[in-house]
Amino acid sequence: MKRSLVLTIALLTVLAIAFLASLMAGRVWLSPVTLWQGVVTPGDQLSDLILFGLRLPRAVLAILIGGALGLSGAALQGLTRNPLAEPSLLGVAGGASLGAVIAIYFGLAGVFAFAPPVMGLIGALAAGAITFAVGRGGGTLTLILAGVAVSALTGSGVALALNFAPSPYAAFEITVWLLGSLSDRTWDHVILAGPFIAVGCALLLGAGRALDALSLGEDQARSLGVNLDRSRLLVLLGVGLAVGAATSVAGAIGFIGLVAPHLVRPFVGHQPSRTLIPSALVGSTLLLTADVATRAIYTSSEIRLGVLTSLIGLPFFFWLVIRMKRTSP
Amino acid sequence: MTTVLSARNLTVRRGQRTILDDVSITLDGGGLTALIGANGAGKSTLLHCLAGLLKPDAGEVSLDGKPLALWKDRELAKARAFVPQNPRCDWPISVERLVALGLTPVLPAFGGFSAEMTARVGKVMADCDLTGHRDQPAPTLSGGELSRAMLARALVGDPAVLIVDEPTTGLDPRHALDTMGRLKALGGEGRLIIAAVHDLTLAARHADRLIALSGGRVVAHGSIGEVLTPELVFQVFGVHARITATEDGPLVDLLTRT
Repeated sequence: MKRSLVLTIALLTVLAIAFLASLMAGRVWLSPVTLWQGVVTPGDQLSDLILFGLRLPRAVLAILIGGALGLSGAALQGLTRNPLAEPSLLGVAGGASLGAVIAIYFGLAGVFAFAPPVMGLIGALAAGAITFAVGRGGGTLTLILAGVAVSALTGSGVALALNFAPSPYAAFEITVWLLGSLSDRTWDHVILAGPFIAVGCALLLGAGRALDALSLGEDQARSLGVNLDRSRLLVLLGVGLAVGAATSVAGAIGFIGLVAPHLVRPFVGHQPSRTLIPSALVGSTLLLTADVATRAIYTSSEIRLGVLTSLIGLPFFFWLVIRMKRTSP
Repeated sequence: MTTVLSARNLTVRRGQRTILDDVSITLDGGGLTALIGANGAGKSTLLHCLAGLLKPDAGEVSLDGKPLALWKDRELAKARAFVPQNPRCDWPISVERLVALGLTPVLPAFGGFSAEMTARVGKVMADCDLTGHRDQPAPTLSGGELSRAMLARALVGDPAVLIVDEPTTGLDPRHALDTMGRLKALGGEGRLIIAAVHDLTLAARHADRLIALSGGRVVAHGSIGEVLTPELVFQVFGVHARITATEDGPLVDLLTRT
């Protein structure tokens, strides 16, 4: 267990560095001294407003969302025993996207600023419910196929919205939302998404023992007392809440959930339950870093979070291909 | 108190096919029982039902007088261990961790292993000659080593009942002999062991009792000496056999004459 502790401390340290960087970076760079002054003697200076009103909620949201994605990816890879599983597998992220897109399409976003996240949450839960209703009782593969079907459904819904967008601006707004962003997120977003992410992550952490037993296949896992139906439901619910809330607040952010468990696995002996918390920490760090990069890289218009996380995916898949070629006969 | 595993009027159907047809057997006390039958006779299905992993369409299985359906998942997991055909490990975890998975029913939801549990894992690995492989990733093990590791995983929980589906398939003669020897010794310790085997000589020399399945029905159940006859072999496999008593035990010669 000592190795686990060392790993966790190392990851927390890296996360703390990324967190501090996130508080400093932006159009107005805050030096560490300013940060310290802001914490010790809070006042009404601009730097304090930026720190507490913009940077801090944004950083907290990045940690929550990155953690939710990393943890969900690890849980799904453990459940399916497939290292290519990722959070969007159960259709929940698609549901969140569709809900938010519908809010933007019908102009609700202009009336009520929280329309996209709230409708995103509703969409996520509805998609999760459909996946469960269709895929239940049929085993893990059936559940995944149901999720893929729901993803296809929500994907075509989004495509439909883009096709019949009332104006070029609406189409642009939808597309830009889909690329993912944490800018202009406030404490209200944290309060909206936070509880769902917390509950979802707690459920996923509870599935750890079942995921370990599943290393031996479903028959042996069941013989060890694991209730597979309950475990699948736990993971579906956990991913649904965590990823649903995350996507509805920040848009579609890919690759974090896929890559984080891979980075963690070699350090925890490939044991599924031991990948959970470290994957969450790595996911938080990756998202924080990507978010800092969106602010640190100077571009004419804002570079979106989803673009940068896709760039994480690029070297990862190349590395996977090269490793596969090396280890295959 | 002796363990009693009994099946009453088990029937399992899959579509139009009847896999198990009104099977009733009772196993009590320790010892190794060999289950023989042709491919498709229903051996795996019977073992899955006895393990409580498959709900029969009719009939029920009881362990120590209590129907399996009434046992709590965890209690049943502690009482009986099951090793399927061609067991595999999907992640490259170390042998020690693989064996430790057998303690899942007694582990708390969170937290690590107690010193006592680690010691148990170590002892079972030593008993199965796995200490040298403790940190080796499971997929790099040879067939014989993986078979021992899966058996160790089943034994670490100290089950009263062990159900193994084809433990010797794919093993070279030495490892097959080794595995059957282990199962026989475990039966001698008082555990109730039932294993599906194809090698009739191995079964005859190591098992105490024999159950023969043919077309989903039990056609023989009793001690090796009583029931293992050339007539039975022909009835079950459609193959002629000559059974000779030697100083090492019965030798079942399969003959090619028509």
